[in-house]
Amino acid sequence: MSSFDLYTLSPLIVLCSAPVLVMLAIAVRRSHETSVAITLASLGLAFVLVRQLGAEAPRQITPLIVIDRFALFYMALIIAAAFVVAVQGYGYLKRRHVQPDEFYILLLIATAGAAAMAASTHFASFYLGLECLSVSLYVMIGYLRESPRSAEAGLKYLILAAASAAFLLFGMALVYAQLGILDFAGLAHAKATQTGSDMIVVLGFVMMLVAVGFKLSVVPFHMWTPDVYEGAPAPVTGFVATVSKASVFALLLRYFSAMDPHLYRPVYVAVALTAVLSMLAGNLLALRQDNVKRILAYSSIAHLGYVLVAYLAGGPAAIQAVSYYLVAYFVTTLGAFGVVGTLSTRGEHREMDSIDDYRGLFWTRPWLATAFTVMLLSLAGIPLTAGFIAKFSVMSAGVGADLARLVIVLALTSIIGLFYYLRIVAVMCARPAQSTAPVGAYVPEEKASRSGALVLFALTVTLVWIGVFPAPLIGILKTLTLGAH
Amino acid sequence: MTLQLIILLPLLGGIVAWISERRGSSDVRWIALITLAADFALLLSVWAGHPAAAGASRVLLDENLPWIPQLGIGFHLSMDGLSLLMALLTVFLGAIAVLVSWTEIRERIGAFHFHLLACLTGILGVFLSADLFLFFVFYEVMLIPMYFLIVFWGEDAKGRVAAKFVMYTQAGGLLMLVSILGLYFAEGSGHTFDYNRLLATRAGASSALLMLGFFLAFGVKLPIIPLHGWQAETYSAAPTAGGIILSGLMAKAGAYGLIRFAIPLFPDAAHRFAPCAMGFGVIAILYGGLLAFSQTDLKRFIAYSSISHLGFVVLGAFAMNATAYQGVVMQMICHGLSVAGLFILAAVLRDNAGTNDIERLGGLWHSAPRLGVTGSLLAMATLGLPGLGNFIGEFLILLGVYKVSVTYAAIGAFGAVASTIYALWLVQRIFLGPRREGASIRDISGRSLVAAAALIAALLWLGLYPQPVLQRAEPSPRAVMGTPASDNSFELHPRILARALELPRE
Repeated sequence: MSSFDLYTLSPLIVLCSAPVLVMLAIAVRRSHETSVAITLASLGLAFVLVRQLGAEAPRQITPLIVIDRFALFYMALIIAAAFVVAVQGYGYLKRRHVQPDEFYILLLIATAGAAAMAASTHFASFYLGLECLSVSLYVMIGYLRESPRSAEAGLKYLILAAASAAFLLFGMALVYAQLGILDFAGLAHAKATQTGSDMIVVLGFVMMLVAVGFKLSVVPFHMWTPDVYEGAPAPVTGFVATVSKASVFALLLRYFSAMDPHLYRPVYVAVALTAVLSMLAGNLLALRQDNVKRILAYSSIAHLGYVLVAYLAGGPAAIQAVSYYLVAYFVTTLGAFGVVGTLSTRGEHREMDSIDDYRGLFWTRPWLATAFTVMLLSLAGIPLTAGFIAKFSVMSAGVGADLARLVIVLALTSIIGLFYYLRIVAVMCARPAQSTAPVGAYVPEEKASRSGALVLFALTVTLVWIGVFPAPLIGILKTLTLGAH
Repeated sequence: MTLQLIILLPLLGGIVAWISERRGSSDVRWIALITLAADFALLLSVWAGHPAAAGASRVLLDENLPWIPQLGIGFHLSMDGLSLLMALLTVFLGAIAVLVSWTEIRERIGAFHFHLLACLTGILGVFLSADLFLFFVFYEVMLIPMYFLIVFWGEDAKGRVAAKFVMYTQAGGLLMLVSILGLYFAEGSGHTFDYNRLLATRAGASSALLMLGFFLAFGVKLPIIPLHGWQAETYSAAPTAGGIILSGLMAKAGAYGLIRFAIPLFPDAAHRFAPCAMGFGVIAILYGGLLAFSQTDLKRFIAYSSISHLGFVVLGAFAMNATAYQGVVMQMICHGLSVAGLFILAAVLRDNAGTNDIERLGGLWHSAPRLGVTGSLLAMATLGLPGLGNFIGEFLILLGVYKVSVTYAAIGAFGAVASTIYALWLVQRIFLGPRREGASIRDISGRSLVAAAALIAALLWLGLYPQPVLQRAEPSPRAVMGTPASDNSFELHPRILARALELPRE
């Protein structure tokens, strides 16, 4: 391994050493501020390094890792999301009586795992990255130990994630037993020579898809989503909803676009079915919820269904559409859970996630309500927000690949989606009840919530900016090529 | 720059209005009004600068900026005679909407005017876009300020009603987006959403389905009969200004979409679909009229009579000849003006008489003669009395339809009779008949009177001297290519009209 290889790996190295650094800092002196500072600084450094590497040629380092523009893009996305979550987590944990420092260690480990997944070209690195991510998430989801909901969510996630990991390993083992290959490039080559008629290989792929489907929380592997979203602390929910899904999607794009989906017809049909079911179930189930986090949970199921439509389109169009969608989804979801986190006031175990908590928000906290409205409109895919361009590129990819039926399902189900987004907006517009004190209206501003507000503002501006001027981002996405194949 | 300025001016005015309210200024309404006046002046200068000479270029102004070049999307604005007319209507009705809200809207005036003007920006964008993506963006984006207008300043059950309105429209819109994308991929050479290049595209076998996507989207906006579920509730829940915008302008965006996009982009499919579409048209005319007749709430009456009148638009658009086309344009403008007048009537009655329930009104002429005259004139316009603009529109449409199908023309003519009945009955129930207790009400006055007078004056002008508008509304060849007789009628139209009205030909 040359020194240049080390330079190429530097973002991952930074991400892996940062948790150690935080741990050492805690050993010297426990200080919430120090931990946050180290976390943010190392995430910033990793982000800068990723940008630096963007100019370099794709580079395969060991059979496990490739650093190409695609990997770097997803790393940047993941790191940026982790940065936002860290800032939101600071404000959130500051207001709660829990030991805050370990949160950042777990966050950094999870980020490193997710980033590694985006760059992995081998089952081994895939699995290692996934487990780094998952194990950290178990604890992060259950971080508010005294809250029964949080603990329940953590446990639920632990059991289901462990089961899905078993599926994944079994699938890998089956493929390995049949083909004797563990790296993606080799698999693609093997597929070119063999036909997809080998049932054991197909079974292996389907088992892996089960695990992937669990991580993406698509139907029928979605059962955990609402409970975990509801129970986890709001910033962690944002992290689960974005980073853990995007890293799996990055892998899916890299791995499965290496293979010709039509060769494995059953796999292709299964993914299409999953997409349809996710769009339908996610949107329909969200209708009956009265909890904002659960609504967002079901809506995320639907959104992942939309992304799968783009994914099925295949080719460069799919990479662009999926990537754009994920960027928009990241900004929106982090923003939405940021709002929930900002609203959840000090010292309460309950979060402000019932829809009634949002009554009259436009009258009590107009800026927060505006930000949330922009997020919801983006989720609904209304023009001039990133969500619209995202939905548009997904539909465009779909129509371009003759998936008109899937696209029409997408269009019609997203109308259902509009209903529950507008329901939240309408509640925020309604006049607040005079008798009860308005939600969090008179909480004195403190530094912690100010930093959260700043991040929220930045997310809102970004959302509108890339919705109105998407050309630069699309330009970047056009250059995303999968190297090393 | 001119077109961009025309579109953005209301939005900028809205922002200024909002900021100035937060700064404690009381001139918010004047700011809105002055902005719209400036925009109107700008449009008039375009009108004056580009006389409608025969043989002159159809496109008056054309501005194309790159927006998302990777996807072939441009910020392409273009104005021809039709766009100019619709833009004028938009700004005019916008100013009327500001006038009628003068006393109605009491709180959050700045935000109200921002949303109102933002909505106008969206509508102007719809009428001026020459890029299908851009068109779609404007078409969707104008819903959001309207949503907030209804939710914040509307009447009972507004949250649910507003959501229903947005969902209906969005459903149509997304199907249209699928169609736009289908057309985009059917266009062989390099991907583009440019209107003129897509105009030259033949979608082939799928064109019928693609056209249907457009038809459904515009059918929701108009609305045509099976897609009208949102309309009456939304009209009654919206504030008066919102109602004027919804019925006077947004419905016209649907009509405009039919004659600008659905038919010219897929002329063959439209030609095959025409009998069916015209069927929808006559159903809307008759059924809308029937429903209007049985309403007791004035705003609901307006909603159903609108369906009936816009049924003429569908009927005429799919006749696909020049005469009917000009009638459609005329009908769009005149219906916009007269329906705005009816909304003013409703607002005045609600403020002064305390109700919009027709059953509880009656004999108001004695105490409010000016209101009576205004209401009667608007009712005359609605029923299509010669001398008022609506007559020209309906007459030309029926004339054009007659060339294609005598049956549809005859049924449509029945609709005109029906509108006479319900409009006169309305006047009778509100203004004539026995006085109800407490029927002595304050007369229409002040700004509402000015607004209503301006509308009636415009309707009279269009009814007596429609030539300038008809010349501007010369059809694009693609909109009328379906029928072989079209060229002929295009030559004939001023004469037919002159004979019909016994006006000297210029």
